[in-house]
Amino acid sequence: MCTYTTIQTAVDGSAKGAGGAWLHVDQATVYFDHPVHASAEHTLNIDLADPAKGPSARVAIELTAASARALVQAINDALAVVPEGLTV
Amino acid sequence: MTTSTIMISSADGTQIEAYLAQPSGPESRGGVVLIHHMPGYDRGSKEIARRIAELGYDTIVPNLYWREAPGAAPDDAAATARANGGVPDAQLIADVSGGAAFLRGLSASNGKVATIGHCSGGRQSVLVACNADVDAAVDCYGAYVTGVVPEGWPLKITSLTDQLPNLRAPLLGLFGNEDQYPSPEQVDELEQILKAHEKTYEFHRYDGAAHAFFANDRPSYRVEAANDGWERIAAFFRTHLAA
Repeated sequence: MCTYTTIQTAVDGSAKGAGGAWLHVDQATVYFDHPVHASAEHTLNIDLADPAKGPSARVAIELTAASARALVQAINDALAVVPEGLTV
Repeated sequence: MTTSTIMISSADGTQIEAYLAQPSGPESRGGVVLIHHMPGYDRGSKEIARRIAELGYDTIVPNLYWREAPGAAPDDAAATARANGGVPDAQLIADVSGGAAFLRGLSASNGKVATIGHCSGGRQSVLVACNADVDAAVDCYGAYVTGVVPEGWPLKITSLTDQLPNLRAPLLGLFGNEDQYPSPEQVDELEQILKAHEKTYEFHRYDGAAHAFFANDRPSYRVEAANDGWERIAAFFRTHLAA
């Protein structure tokens, strides 16, 4: 596609995927590019995945740039009010 | 017209899936390899293949993600390919060359084969035309044919600037003047390089159109540019895929 911008990071947690099944996720791929579904020309896309379980072990998110920034802020705000000892 | 999902041999010997759309009738005709865009071997790509077959050409779409995600949903396969760094250029050339060889082996083939691609497929169409035996190539707004790829990206893409002197087929380029990937300046650079090396090319650049103006399921769709672009593609194929 177009911007090719792709950032990857390891994560540790779970996500609810296709068919309503929970899966452990250990990889987040983040990129700003055309969405598959969202009605915007470009979106901030996040794939939370467990690559060991195959291509369908993935939860996909497509957010407009503004809402992606709002999400980052919300995550940071949520973490900021938690006592430090709980987030180590 | 008939369509089918088949297995073909990549030039490196790997068996990969492909979608084939063929006009009916035994008349001699050219073929087209459609290089699907980065979102994958999806419904939109197959629609484009059928439209090209309707123009009168055997058309094949190799599934570029078959190796790493056989049978997966197109969006999941695309995500896996992206997470793995994208399709390496050498593998892409092999897969498209395999598609071209398949088309030339069809009983109705006149031996002529073109490539066409949109977005990442546009860049890859040019890449193939610099490295493999094709008779024409169409680049619909492919980014990083020219320009500088930022360092440190996981995706294995490079600018094709150093390969353009090897371009061995006529090139049709269709671009939106509001696009940033590729930007109008990058299209200018491409044109200057082609001109300097006396390559055969034809560019059409559309005002009011940005990236993906052919994509009729996206907000970027621009009907005037897309309709004119399809006319240009049809004329280009008539010229370069005739026996």
